[in-house]
Amino acid sequence: MTINEKQDELIEEFEFLGDWMDKYEHIIEEAKELPEMDPKLKQDQYIIKGCQSKVWLFPEYKDGKLIFYADSDAIISKGLVGLIVRVLSGYTPEEIRDAELYFIDRIGLKEHLSPTRSNGLLAMVKQIKLYALALASTKKMPT
Amino acid sequence: MEIKSEINYSYLEYQGAPVRHEFPALHQDVFGKPLIYLDNAATTQKPWKVIHATNKYYVEMNSNIHRGVHYLSQKATDAYEISRNTIAEFINARQSKEVIFTKGTTEGINLVADCFGRYAVNEGDSVVITSLEHHSNIVPWQMLCEKRNATLKVIPIDENGEIILDEFEKLLDETVKIVAVSYVSNTLGTINPVKEIIELAHKNGSAVLIDAAQAVHHIPIDVQSLDCDFLVFSGHKMYGPTGIGVLYGKEEWLNKIPPYQGGGDMIKTVTFVKTEYNDLPFKFEAGTPHIEGAITLKAAVDFIREIGINEIARFEAGLLKYATEQVLQLPEVQIIGTAKAKASSLSLNIRGAHPYDVGVLLDKMGIAVRTGHHCTQPIMDFFCIPGTVRASFAVYNTMEEIDKFLESLRRAIKMLV
Repeated sequence: MTINEKQDELIEEFEFLGDWMDKYEHIIEEAKELPEMDPKLKQDQYIIKGCQSKVWLFPEYKDGKLIFYADSDAIISKGLVGLIVRVLSGYTPEEIRDAELYFIDRIGLKEHLSPTRSNGLLAMVKQIKLYALALASTKKMPT
Repeated sequence: MEIKSEINYSYLEYQGAPVRHEFPALHQDVFGKPLIYLDNAATTQKPWKVIHATNKYYVEMNSNIHRGVHYLSQKATDAYEISRNTIAEFINARQSKEVIFTKGTTEGINLVADCFGRYAVNEGDSVVITSLEHHSNIVPWQMLCEKRNATLKVIPIDENGEIILDEFEKLLDETVKIVAVSYVSNTLGTINPVKEIIELAHKNGSAVLIDAAQAVHHIPIDVQSLDCDFLVFSGHKMYGPTGIGVLYGKEEWLNKIPPYQGGGDMIKTVTFVKTEYNDLPFKFEAGTPHIEGAITLKAAVDFIREIGINEIARFEAGLLKYATEQVLQLPEVQIIGTAKAKASSLSLNIRGAHPYDVGVLLDKMGIAVRTGHHCTQPIMDFFCIPGTVRASFAVYNTMEEIDKFLESLRRAIKMLV
């Protein structure tokens, strides 16, 4: 499945959710489905700055692909980071770098992308793109 | 200072109608739900009276003040100075020149930290604050202490969120030049025993600054009876405009301490050799001030006085009591800050849910609360929590809104826990 196919799949999932509470119900479900993150990886250096809650994002570069592990102490943040991980984890740095994330807008979370919002969805996306960009250009994980 | 509450009325009246009719911003839907605004400790909505006054200023009298001889300038100057008089009366200052217009509470504290600091705080001296302070009443003093090689001492709190007065007495010695304390905690709602603190500090020969940002529109304030040396507050938290605030200072202190900023209006004569500073209050108001804000602040004070601050205090105490009783019925709720005397703010957490999650869901149900550390990270560290959900009340909130808040809280708990 390509990144875009995954985005389309998500858009379809959200399409039938009527109001905001249903959407958040779904985001909470997403959080519950996010694979557990090794507690050892929950180090301060992997905390994404700019979120009101703590969000950890750990990148692993394996067989030419970038895999992300994430967690948060707030379940909605965990669900949000879970959505992004679901769409972007497991692709080559070039694919992630070039991906245009249209699903955020389409499922109605665009307001969460504004830099002034405190939930840090933008910070999460930026961080993932940063890892991808660094790997694509230097083939090395930024430290 | 505990406020007697009366919970037998569900809303406050203003000019014969529910007071919320006076606040246009309250009458809107958010996410398809009627807005319930419970973020009043961050800022309050504005009544028509204030909105009309802002309009009136630009339509009828916009011009620069104090230096013009023409009609409009005189008119604006009069309105500006009448506002100063009204505020002086409102807090019972001896004279209106003890009222300095600032940008807000933060600027007021920075002004005192800077000017009083230059005058009175030297190497080896100390400044006392409390563990309850907003960052704006911590950082300026930290900066001062760094600059002057002085020490910042902190009065601890107990698990109810009350200042431990005995510990304060232990901190008092000849090095303490100033004590800076909030009247009401923005996070926990605790009403601090400022009268006792001021008495103890004065006995020790220390000056006192009161941060009244969370108090001035909730409880009656009389600077003469308090005998504080400085008192600061913001316009926007008391139904007035943003960007305007007040520093009250005893004349004696304001004359002694050096000016804050240099510029126009704060001078009598300027030569390249020497500048003679202007008299109070202009000495501390360099440059063109926030004229419209200062003038409009009078409308906000008038609004409060027309209802009566005692009436407001009783009514809001009723709301707080009702809300507290209601949330305590939810077993998942833990109230953060259980002081005997509280005003306006109710901080809580849901066991097993992050405050951010609760805030996001409440928002989508039309309820505006604040989540996070509320610019009081030391309080969060003390209680070992990442933040709280804070509902804070104002004159226009109603019992029905608290019921809806509870209903929404229940729904959020169901989803999160």
